[in-house]
Amino acid sequence: MAVKKFVVGNFDDEAVLFPAVKKVRAAGYKIHDVYTPFPVHGLDHALGLRETSLHTAGFIYGITGTTTALSFMSWIFTTDWPLNIGGKPHFPLPAFIPITFELTVLFSAVGMVMTFMYLCQMAPFVKKHIFHPRQTDDQFVMVIELTEKTPAADVKAFLDSVGAKEINEQTVEAGWWIGRFDREDKLFSKQVAVNA
Amino acid sequence: MKDQFVVPARLKTTSFVLLGIGLLTLLIGLFAFSDEHGSTRFWAGILQNSTFFLMVALASTFFICVTTLAQGGWQIAFRRVPEAISMAVPVLGGILLVVLAFLIFGNKGHIYHWLHPHGDRILEGKSPFLNAGFVSIASVITIGLWAFLSIKLRNMSLAEDKMQLDHEGRKSLIWKGTVWCGIFAVVYALSMGSTTPWLWLMSIDAHWFSTMYSWYTFASTWVSGLSLIALFVIYLKSKGYLPMVNEEHMHDLGKFMFAFSIFWAYLWFSQYMLIWYANMPEETIYFQPRVWGEFRSVFFLNLIINFIAPLLIFMKRATKRNNTIVAFTAGLIIFGHWLDFWQMVAPGTVKHLVFPWYELGVGLGFLGLTIYLVAMQLAKAPLTPKNHPYLKESIIHHT
Repeated sequence: MAVKKFVVGNFDDEAVLFPAVKKVRAAGYKIHDVYTPFPVHGLDHALGLRETSLHTAGFIYGITGTTTALSFMSWIFTTDWPLNIGGKPHFPLPAFIPITFELTVLFSAVGMVMTFMYLCQMAPFVKKHIFHPRQTDDQFVMVIELTEKTPAADVKAFLDSVGAKEINEQTVEAGWWIGRFDREDKLFSKQVAVNA
Repeated sequence: MKDQFVVPARLKTTSFVLLGIGLLTLLIGLFAFSDEHGSTRFWAGILQNSTFFLMVALASTFFICVTTLAQGGWQIAFRRVPEAISMAVPVLGGILLVVLAFLIFGNKGHIYHWLHPHGDRILEGKSPFLNAGFVSIASVITIGLWAFLSIKLRNMSLAEDKMQLDHEGRKSLIWKGTVWCGIFAVVYALSMGSTTPWLWLMSIDAHWFSTMYSWYTFASTWVSGLSLIALFVIYLKSKGYLPMVNEEHMHDLGKFMFAFSIFWAYLWFSQYMLIWYANMPEETIYFQPRVWGEFRSVFFLNLIINFIAPLLIFMKRATKRNNTIVAFTAGLIIFGHWLDFWQMVAPGTVKHLVFPWYELGVGLGFLGLTIYLVAMQLAKAPLTPKNHPYLKESIIHHT
């Protein structure tokens, strides 16, 4: 992970955010992410994010669960410790189905949650930089990564022109780290508020 | 905007051809199955198809009912399609009543053994419930209420088009719809969800019983009904109607078909496993011809078509948003559940596994009748309920 330079713009209205996202993308600036206090329908399309592969992962976890349940139970009941239960056959498939179903659900649910946490870089004790404290409250926060070709002044001016209410520049850790926020204060080395 | 459906000549011809095939099959059946044993097959085929198509059409009324009660808005753009399908309920219900009258009072075929309980302890014990009077009165009341409420919901929706509504008027419109749909939900739960499939279908195997049976039948017809709605929506889309309906709506219909195929399998398994586990002869008798007898192949084909195929096809997001795949799967599901109904009826009536040419032919006739009735109803009113308060919600619907 690396410390990068960002320009952060705040929006207080969804209706302003959407055209702004489109304009910023059209202008060729690199949007790091947009943080919203609630799920905004269609924002993923506006940002041009690719469709998630989480469901494919879920399917693979699910069939892993199915296979595990069926093979484990059939091994126990036919090879390891055969029991006569009410005169039923040693491989009573209907009796295995509920457990197979449960294990399929368990594997795919737990697996998908963990994959989701990994993809979102969320885990216990893991921290990520918060660009604006109100991104979980009532503000839409657009973060643009600065590159060599896009100087901060240009980006700020552009964000101002598309309707951002509060614009500032931050040089922060882009990825996640294990630790505490207060010990990483050095990462907030440069946080200059610019009144729009 | 094309909002007024005009029945294309080709659709009309198709429905008449299908209807003709059905009538021709009936005529052939009348001569081919003229003997004592044959007449059972003749009537069993008609009973199976008339109950199946009636319940599938009724699923559309239930679709309107549940989406209204859940305050759903996404379905408004194509709501006229389930409404039109639900208007086949009075006609198909009337046909079923005639068939039941022949079976019960005309004593045609040997389908309902409970009509002659004398000397049979089990049937004598069931006779307060399974007797000609109770079954026929319950059938008349049930079909009457189904038909009345289907017509009522349809007429309320049509009346909407002519109204000029303010805010309060729209609120009262929603409330009125909620009340009538609530009444239908109760009627549907007490008929389709508990007793009606016992009377019409489960009583073919009169010695046997299963409390899961009605739910199982409901799930079967509900998922076929959703498939029928999807088929008509896709047909209208392909002809350039329903401009508001897009892949978002098809995605949600596909989700419904996916979810209720699994629900059907869940109920199928719940019924099967309890009987398998308890292993009591009076209960396992039902599965004897189906799992271990001649109908074994149909039994497993049923599971593959109705559970495994929709599960795998509809698992991906892209397939639910592809009209061709949805239409194909919808056809597969309707055929699969027709087969399910056949394996519910045939082992108790025909007894032997034969190629169901007669049943299929009659089924095509009912299909033609349904297509004709629905097309006529679709042409009666604009395809978009333009005054419905939730219309905008449906247009901007996003999955």
